Amino acid sequence: MNATAIPVRRQLHLPPAASSPFPFHPGSLLSVQDLDSEGISHLLSRATALENMDPLVRDRILLKRRVALLFYESSTRTRTSFELAAKGLGADTTLVSSLSSSIEKGETLKDTGLTLRALGAETIILRHNSSGAPWLLEETTQLPVLNAGDGMHEHPTQALLDLRTILARLRPGAETVNSDTLAGVTVMIVGDILHSRVARSNMLLLPRLGARVLLCGPKELLPDLAVGAGPGISIERNFVAALQQSQVVMMLRIQAERLAGMQLDLQQYKENYQLTGQRLAQHAPSAVVMHPGPIIRGLELTAGVADGPQSAILEQVRHGVAIRMAVVERALTSNGKRGQA
Amino acid sequence: MTALVIRGGHLVDPGAGVDAAKDILLKDGRVAEVAGPGKLKLANGAEILDASGLTVAPGLVDIHVHLREPGQGYKETIATGTAAAAAGGFTSVAAMPNTIPVNDSPEITRWMLAPERGASIRVFPIGAATRGSKGEALNDFAALKSAGAVAVTDDGHPILKDNIMRETLAAAARVGLSVIQHAEDTRMTQGASMNAGPMAFKLGLRGMPPEAESSLVDRDIRLVTELRDARVHLHVAHTSTGAAISAVRQARRNGLRVTCEVAPHHFLLTEESVGQYNTNAKMNPPLRSAADRDAMIEAILDGVVDAIATDHAPHATHEKEVEFENAPNGITGLETALGLSLRWLHKEWKLPLGRVLSLLSAQPAALLGLKGRGTLTVGSFADVVIFDPQAQWTYHARETRSKSHNTPFDGWTMQGKVRWTISEGRVAYKSE
Repeated sequence: MNATAIPVRRQLHLPPAASSPFPFHPGSLLSVQDLDSEGISHLLSRATALENMDPLVRDRILLKRRVALLFYESSTRTRTSFELAAKGLGADTTLVSSLSSSIEKGETLKDTGLTLRALGAETIILRHNSSGAPWLLEETTQLPVLNAGDGMHEHPTQALLDLRTILARLRPGAETVNSDTLAGVTVMIVGDILHSRVARSNMLLLPRLGARVLLCGPKELLPDLAVGAGPGISIERNFVAALQQSQVVMMLRIQAERLAGMQLDLQQYKENYQLTGQRLAQHAPSAVVMHPGPIIRGLELTAGVADGPQSAILEQVRHGVAIRMAVVERALTSNGKRGQA
Repeated sequence: MTALVIRGGHLVDPGAGVDAAKDILLKDGRVAEVAGPGKLKLANGAEILDASGLTVAPGLVDIHVHLREPGQGYKETIATGTAAAAAGGFTSVAAMPNTIPVNDSPEITRWMLAPERGASIRVFPIGAATRGSKGEALNDFAALKSAGAVAVTDDGHPILKDNIMRETLAAAARVGLSVIQHAEDTRMTQGASMNAGPMAFKLGLRGMPPEAESSLVDRDIRLVTELRDARVHLHVAHTSTGAAISAVRQARRNGLRVTCEVAPHHFLLTEESVGQYNTNAKMNPPLRSAADRDAMIEAILDGVVDAIATDHAPHATHEKEVEFENAPNGITGLETALGLSLRWLHKEWKLPLGRVLSLLSAQPAALLGLKGRGTLTVGSFADVVIFDPQAQWTYHARETRSKSHNTPFDGWTMQGKVRWTISEGRVAYKSE
């Protein structure tokens, strides 16, 4: 018996997995991984160009084109900014939400998507409570689909607007990005990582531009295996130690609606992870404070921090409209090859 | 009944220790004679089936299928499910009781066995262990057995309460039935739709930890140990984790009557197959890590695994064309089990042909006490599969005889093409 023998991994010469057919449409944005750095740069520069454009000129870019917003979950920021973005480009928008539609009567996502397509929708912006729903919608409609948040999975436009916010603060004037753009920048993401699509999209996007992502939170909300999601991700469970290393502090809401029976001691959570003015001043006095919203004042961060000079929370919201204009424009004008804008 | 002679083939009958050129005479639904090539005295009028160059083996036995009748004929019927089984070389299938209503009574068991169901091969119903499979009140096992049930289980609704499982094991043993457990501590898998791990995290899906399976196997083995009754037989369905296999291995070393089965998808696929939310890679237990998949292969090769069973679980296309979390669990498997087992277990991993066939016939038949099945000794049922061991072919889900198309093996290359399947002397399937 050789105690040090390494078990032989069975070689399975299985048929090669079919390369992913997604995205079917080059204008779709399902995951941040659909974009290469050229595609990201293009979206960033279009966001700036569209933001600065005369509204009466901008209005003609997608004049009378049809954009459907299909929302299975409530939303303030994402829905409004997508709607303002599409309207800002001259498109007609229509909102279908799970309440007050045939979804209540049991219509499937596939049938709702096909119905919207038959009504003339040229792109569908989907917010859904099930991870992966945008993939199903794209496959069944073959329309450009924009993922406005799917379950606990991804929220790619949020990650792009977060990137634009970070660049505006730390790399002013940067229009194009590459794998070094955020070299030396540590972005900490704090709190309910497990249930957060914002965290997943950011942890997959930011390291590709050179940033280090530091995840921070208790084990119930941040399993150890999160580091395996991609390169450039590490865990620091000590909030102060993480703060001391970070140039960007991204706070997350505890998603009570997704806890699924998990018991969490909120008092303990606040003691360990709440971003207070005192902690910020002492450990990260020049860091940018971000939050995808909605914020719960007095839980993950104090009101003083939310309203304070380091907070970029409302800038994030403003960047959202510009980014979503670029993403909607790409959806309806794209006929390039996959992965590029 | 007319006689049928299978001539010129190579008989592999692992249960009888035969691996040689033989001619076989089938008469009145039974094996009448097995003789060397050309040695059979041919009766007048016997139909002759030329098996030159082909392998002749006992018809395959699948102890874990869902035929969906009564209640869900839009997914599968006993007629379509057994037609798919015959095409896959199976002559006996054991049907799980999670029908609508649940098969928890002699009436439903007899309904499933009635000739009007149109089964093309033999169906062996498995009865529900508890009323409505609710895990509370035990059914009358003696009555189920006399109606034709060959085992009891609550399958997809595992028996969690220790006292109920203990009573089930003891009561089944008294009437000579096996207890099959779908080992899943459902308290650990609420809302989960794939294997727990980095892949589930990345896809934003809740995961089923391997411990949900292994902890219940451990619990069940503890109960078997405590019962101290040699008649108690626990069979672990669709084992998918290395930890559960280890527990079974240890129980057997301790002399307990604990057996297990593995499904082809669990010895071939990993959680990576979920890809971008492919609902044809969603089943329960889920596809696991590569390490667990490798453990299934090792356990098959080293003999701990007693049977290959498909867990054939047909679902209509519209049911699988939904959000991953909302899609029902399960894939079809009857038409692909032999082709995948020959391609991978035999050709790739060098498991002798006789052992592959034993895992698909002699062993599962013995495990459920199906007398006269899984072997072709004289007097056995004339259940035969005749296949071309060299033929490679591609499986196309659209050509299936099942009502459903939910398979992750669409387009895969298979080894060994079934030419004839004979059920109790009648040709149940013949390839074009």
